[in-house]
Amino acid sequence: MIPDSFDYVSARSVAEAVTLLNKHGDEAKILAGGQSLIPLLRFRLAKPSVLIDINRVPNLDYIQEANGELHIGALTREAELDDSNLVRSRYPILFDTSTGVADPVVRNWATVGGNIAHADPANDHPATMIALGAHVVAIGPTGERVLDINDFFTDVPFETSLHSNEILTEIRVPAPTEHSGGAYFKLERKVGDYAIAGVAAYITLDSSGQVTFAGIGLTNVGPIPIKARNAEQSLLGKALDDASIHHAADLAAAASQPVSDTRGPAEYKRAMVRTLTVRALRKASARATGGK
Amino acid sequence: MSTHHLRATINGTVYEGDVEARLLLVHWIRDVLRLTGTHIGCDTTSCGACTIIVDGKATKSCTMFAVQADGREIMTVEGLEQDGKLHPLQEGFHEEHALQCGYCTPGMMMTSLAFLQHNLNPSEQEIRVAISGNLCRCTGYVNIVKAVRYAAQKMQATEQVPVSAGQGGE
Repeated sequence: MIPDSFDYVSARSVAEAVTLLNKHGDEAKILAGGQSLIPLLRFRLAKPSVLIDINRVPNLDYIQEANGELHIGALTREAELDDSNLVRSRYPILFDTSTGVADPVVRNWATVGGNIAHADPANDHPATMIALGAHVVAIGPTGERVLDINDFFTDVPFETSLHSNEILTEIRVPAPTEHSGGAYFKLERKVGDYAIAGVAAYITLDSSGQVTFAGIGLTNVGPIPIKARNAEQSLLGKALDDASIHHAADLAAAASQPVSDTRGPAEYKRAMVRTLTVRALRKASARATGGK
Repeated sequence: MSTHHLRATINGTVYEGDVEARLLLVHWIRDVLRLTGTHIGCDTTSCGACTIIVDGKATKSCTMFAVQADGREIMTVEGLEQDGKLHPLQEGFHEEHALQCGYCTPGMMMTSLAFLQHNLNPSEQEIRVAISGNLCRCTGYVNIVKAVRYAAQKMQATEQVPVSAGQGGE
């Protein structure tokens, strides 16, 4: 399949990309890894008149800790998360997530920024970033904005609160504390498929084992990435035991809005959200208390 | 619609030409340069038949525009054989009967090569994960895994140690 015609510009800096976005507005699309965008172009589901390629913009791919956070450059490839010792040892929830994205060849080009900015409810990083309470950095003509991930995704599928002349440049994840842990579980029919359902959970415990923070995000069980607020709230101040975990899992399942499709009936997907939430919380709890 | 002058090295040879921005890399390689060893399968970024190596990374060439390859170093299946001698991967696929129809084979071999360049002593599980983005519909995975293992051992023995392994020094 052949994409419709477009103009192509290879930007060499974030400033140049922003200038081009400012000039072309909604007509332009940023081309990062291209592993979602190029298939959309081939099917002509997207028809931008200008593609702004940022693959040659320097200093946009990095994974580093600073100011009590992990900073991930938007152009960081999924494969770089897969291979990062820092991610594997301190942010295993990110390792769970990146290694479940598409397949290893796709992950060589697919970017973390693209996975989030594309705002596909079937993408894996949105749920994880919701669970983590991440922030994203957007740069536009008037400077930089730091957005809470929960303000980044809107109520409209595939839409973010980025302005048409802004570009996502960085993702910021809180660094682990002494008793924090997270996990992402994805159920998929086969490698490379989108999730039947996916659940990310991140928790922080106090020294007595009571939950002081809980984040739960859901993948591909609704029109947008879902934050399971009631499930999160139900855990606060409680110990993570069978009763509290199962209660939160019921609330997470209730927050999901799956539709029946080739990946299964809605009831099945909702049941899977319940099961995956239990597993994610158990693993998050184990990791928060020093286990694997 | 913009057109661009493109210059890329493929299997050690420099190719250049003018391309429309929307031309996919796989179409430039196959239809313009006539390097038809690289196949097109699903056209949906799923099957991996079009896998080539771009700047050392296994890449689905149906999911990159030709213009993006400007200045880059590419290897396709035609680059495996040297001076009439089969590459250990080709030899492995032959010895272990790792193909039936052969459609997935070029992509399988290029994915495997990029993988082995970082890991010359892989476990079976690591091989299976590495090739999980490449589909074989004759379902010959068992023999493909054997072939990759065969190549790994042969490459180890003949010390085709990759530069990227960082084994430098005297």
